[in-house]
Amino acid sequence: MKIFGIPIFPEQASTFAADVDALYFFVLATCAFFAIGVAVAVIYFGIRYHKKHDGEIGARIEGSLPLELLWSVIPTIIAMVMFGWGASVFYHLRRPPAEAMHIYAVGKQWMWKFQHLEGQREINELHIPAGRPIKITISSEDVLHSLFFPAFRTKMDAIPGRYTELWFEAQTPGEYHIFCTEYCGTNHSGMIGTVKVLEPAQYQAWLQGGSMEGTLAQRGAKLFNDLACSTCHLDTGQGRGPSLKDILGKTVDLQDGSSAIVDEGYLRESILNSQAKIVKGFQPLMPTFQGLISEENLVALIEHLKSLSPNATTAAAPATGAAAATPQPAAAAVEKK
Amino acid sequence: MLDQLKMPARNYLNNGHGLASWLLTKDHKRIAIMYLISISVMFFLGGLFAVGIRLELATPAGDFVQAGTYNKFFTAHGVIMVFFFLIPSIPAVLGNFLIPPMIGAKDLAFPRINLISLYIYWIGGVFTLYAMLSGGVDTGWTFYTPYSATGSNSNVVPVALGIFIAGFSSILTGLNFIVTIHRMRAPGMTWFRLPLFVWAHYATSLVQVLGTPVIAITIVMLAVERGLGFGIFDPSRGGDPVLFQHLFWFYSHPAVYIMILPALGVQSELISTFSRKTIFGYSFVAFSSVAIAVFGFIVWAHHMFVSGISTYAAMVFSFLSFSVAIPSALKVFNWAATLYKGAISFETPMLYAYGFMGLFTIGGLTGLFLATLGMDIHLHDTYFVVAHFHYIMVGGAIMGYLGGLHFWWPKITGRMYSEFFSRIAAILVFVGFNLTFFPQFVVGYLGMPRRYHSYPDEMQVLNVLSSAGASVLGLGYLLPAIYLVWSLKKGEVAGPNPWGASGLEWQTQSPPLTENFVEVPIVDREPYEYEHVAAKEKHLV
Amino acid sequence: MSNVAAHADDRGHAHAHHPALQHHFDTMAQQKEAAVVGMWVFLLTEILFFGGLFAAYMVYRIWYFDAFAEASRSLSLFWGGLNTAVLIGSSLTMAMAVRCAQTNKRTATVNWLILTMILGAVFLGVKVIEYADKFEHHHVPGYNFQWAAAHEAPAAGEHAVAASEGAAAAEGHRELSLTPAQLQLTTQIYFSLYFTMTGLHALHMIIGIGIMLVITRMAYKGKFDQEYYTPVEMAGLYWHFVDIVWIFLFPLLYLVERHV
Repeated sequence: MKIFGIPIFPEQASTFAADVDALYFFVLATCAFFAIGVAVAVIYFGIRYHKKHDGEIGARIEGSLPLELLWSVIPTIIAMVMFGWGASVFYHLRRPPAEAMHIYAVGKQWMWKFQHLEGQREINELHIPAGRPIKITISSEDVLHSLFFPAFRTKMDAIPGRYTELWFEAQTPGEYHIFCTEYCGTNHSGMIGTVKVLEPAQYQAWLQGGSMEGTLAQRGAKLFNDLACSTCHLDTGQGRGPSLKDILGKTVDLQDGSSAIVDEGYLRESILNSQAKIVKGFQPLMPTFQGLISEENLVALIEHLKSLSPNATTAAAPATGAAAATPQPAAAAVEKK
Repeated sequence: MLDQLKMPARNYLNNGHGLASWLLTKDHKRIAIMYLISISVMFFLGGLFAVGIRLELATPAGDFVQAGTYNKFFTAHGVIMVFFFLIPSIPAVLGNFLIPPMIGAKDLAFPRINLISLYIYWIGGVFTLYAMLSGGVDTGWTFYTPYSATGSNSNVVPVALGIFIAGFSSILTGLNFIVTIHRMRAPGMTWFRLPLFVWAHYATSLVQVLGTPVIAITIVMLAVERGLGFGIFDPSRGGDPVLFQHLFWFYSHPAVYIMILPALGVQSELISTFSRKTIFGYSFVAFSSVAIAVFGFIVWAHHMFVSGISTYAAMVFSFLSFSVAIPSALKVFNWAATLYKGAISFETPMLYAYGFMGLFTIGGLTGLFLATLGMDIHLHDTYFVVAHFHYIMVGGAIMGYLGGLHFWWPKITGRMYSEFFSRIAAILVFVGFNLTFFPQFVVGYLGMPRRYHSYPDEMQVLNVLSSAGASVLGLGYLLPAIYLVWSLKKGEVAGPNPWGASGLEWQTQSPPLTENFVEVPIVDREPYEYEHVAAKEKHLV
Repeated sequence: MSNVAAHADDRGHAHAHHPALQHHFDTMAQQKEAAVVGMWVFLLTEILFFGGLFAAYMVYRIWYFDAFAEASRSLSLFWGGLNTAVLIGSSLTMAMAVRCAQTNKRTATVNWLILTMILGAVFLGVKVIEYADKFEHHHVPGYNFQWAAAHEAPAAGEHAVAASEGAAAAEGHRELSLTPAQLQLTTQIYFSLYFTMTGLHALHMIIGIGIMLVITRMAYKGKFDQEYYTPVEMAGLYWHFVDIVWIFLFPLLYLVERHV
């Protein structure tokens, strides 16, 4: 929306945009009603009851219980409507559909790095198809960042040591802003980019073009060999480490008698902090990779591990921001005896 | 009438001369004056940094200062304005000066602690200013970890310690007020005869006493992490950076109420006095202050809806956040109802009160946008938030402070200021404020993130409007500094009660005696009774 | 309204002013009440001050329970227990000092205060011994931090697991799921909290002893009588508060999983 050529309202480019804007206009109208009501009342009283002579005093009115109740209860009801509506939009915003296309984002002072499962890697630029739900898993290499798509009306913080996620479904092809909204140091305002929403066919064309270094999972498979993971984690289960085939979504018994569900968080922890949860029957021989593997390579590796479990449902991936936000050593996933 | 308009021969201002008589005083009124001077210096310093910010943002490119410098500007602006101007503003100046005479006491309960709290404020201020001038700090006033702990290489620890020190000043002031209000009331001054200004300060003091220690300990944890290499919030050592946000906002959200509650108290006094009518729904207005203070402690996580807290925790905190809206709305409705059938006049303090009414209403209502979960995801950390809290803190707290300062100036100094210039200033502040901050709501919904040194071109017009408004606002703030100082020497003598107000503080001379009253007053009537004002006035002179 | 009556009554009986009555109070009773209310409000502030640390402790103890239990075992139960006894004893002597001030026993007040200070100093002395021990074992968080439980030598790989299992069996506590690398990371959080919490507590003790020095001097000079002993009482409240903080710190830090 523009006035005299100046944009005063952001473009609506996702399915959320209309929902959030409807909520916005509802709250705006309600607030305007009250603000204008109060303004009109006080201005009218100011004129109507203007002091006419010295020594004049106002009428003695101490208060009115019915009025107090009226103007406590009505705002309470209106506030509850706002809360309920807001919460339902929010719930929707936090629940990515199972079929969502998956992209990884890593925040780093001061750039956004995106990785597609198909292998494409981008910096400060993100190509996505219109009309498909997209889930972005976000992590950070250094400090807090926040990935914000104003045209899609959604954002989520990037927190070092955790995965968070957001999702949206872009509708209108075009180019829109990407901002970092959590202050992250000197060039915070330079941590911006462009999201390019393409028609599905164009997107396919874009995927084909450019230098190919294999899909994300293929890159992970290469890393799996390069980092010598494959020397211990044999598919046969006879290696020094447990087999990683078909483990996603399974529950594994741990050394200390507790158990853990294998999801992205568990895989991440087991790579970075390999001693944390040792599978029963194995020795804690694996070195920790904390500080030795970048966030980008980490997601590639995890994507490779996930590809070893072709039959697992996506439910194994953290379903919500909440689950993804479980603290790094994922104490929640471990049930103490 | 003529003999009334002489400056009283003996008053707190001429009771002792020389620097030592000020620096070693235990008189709450002299301490208030020293606070007034100190926070005014801080206000203009903080304002200077705001000028830097608005100049930079007049153009989309980052061309006025470098990004690092800009980051230090907005950090300095936030730290100075929040911790060294807004938090002490009304309580330490107006509250300090007025609570004892309002309740018929000779002084605060602990005069020496009152003086100590001023010195602590000075030490904290000097510490912070030195740290800022010798390199500055670039974390923003929120000091989020891990950037503040491991990322930034600026003077984080010295500035944090300056804030830590100043915090004790705030705690001691609050403690002093609580004890004074409990134990120092004059005979007949029951709880429900207290002016609403005093109720508001009581609620404020609760927040100061209960909230400030939490930020203090958070700063200690940050300092040992950064300074001694302890691991508490650092994610690479198993710490949780989000825990810092929880602890920080557990104080810093209630801290907003430290800033706004006293202004709400001032507003109640102004509305009643200038409509010459008792306040509508006294007990509702009084208890709504306490309710705001209490609710203020259970809503902190609404600053963290996108910080990775769980969906359900976010819903609970959203729900609780709406609860703060109810007592705030109640206050606005009661003020409006107070005007009904009043005898209203528009002296300068009332202009501020009307301005406050509008700006506080907008500030409060835009808070609903941010408490609404689905919308906050879009609005969080954009200029919409910046505009919202400036409407509360500048439109609310500073309007209240200026209104109160103009209202009680004749009591504090015994002299009147220029009515003509003060009305012009009040209008300039109102117009300049709206011009500065209203466009920020629009640019915020457009998606402009806060703390940005440069921004997309299409957002320039709104930012230019904002910068233009800031220059008007700056002028509006400069004017009072000039005519108020001028009035000290040249102003008309005010007399004890120039506004025909009903409070106990107006029944003593202006400026008051060192111990406020000739003899301890005995209170035998309800607050805000204007029928008695004229008779009382004659009796006292 | 009862307030009014009380004031009027007090004024009616007002006679020669007590030398300690400050000019802005009407009566000694009002002055004392003000001090008591003020002190309690101050202690409320103090509770929230330590409360922030307790909140952080709570979060990390839930996350890293095993590391906390393990790190806690490296503290000396003897020194901690001794200090708890010393501090409780000092609360008793402090209470005696207040009682003696109240009943006008000047010499006894001074003596009890001195005894309280001595006990406080003993506590701090023990704390120095404990800190020195932690320093020697590289248990002070920071760049020199090196986790090794007090009762076992640092080892690596399989041996460490075997050793820790053996030690665990010997001490009768349950099997550990943590390995040296993990302990190295998370025990540091425990010790960060340990040093911040006990350090701040010790700072409060030092301030308390400083206050008592002043008050002992006042008591010695005969400033107090049954009508005016507020400073002694306030110092007592403060000292008891510091004591109570320790009563919480001791089990939280020393006894994480030491039930045998």
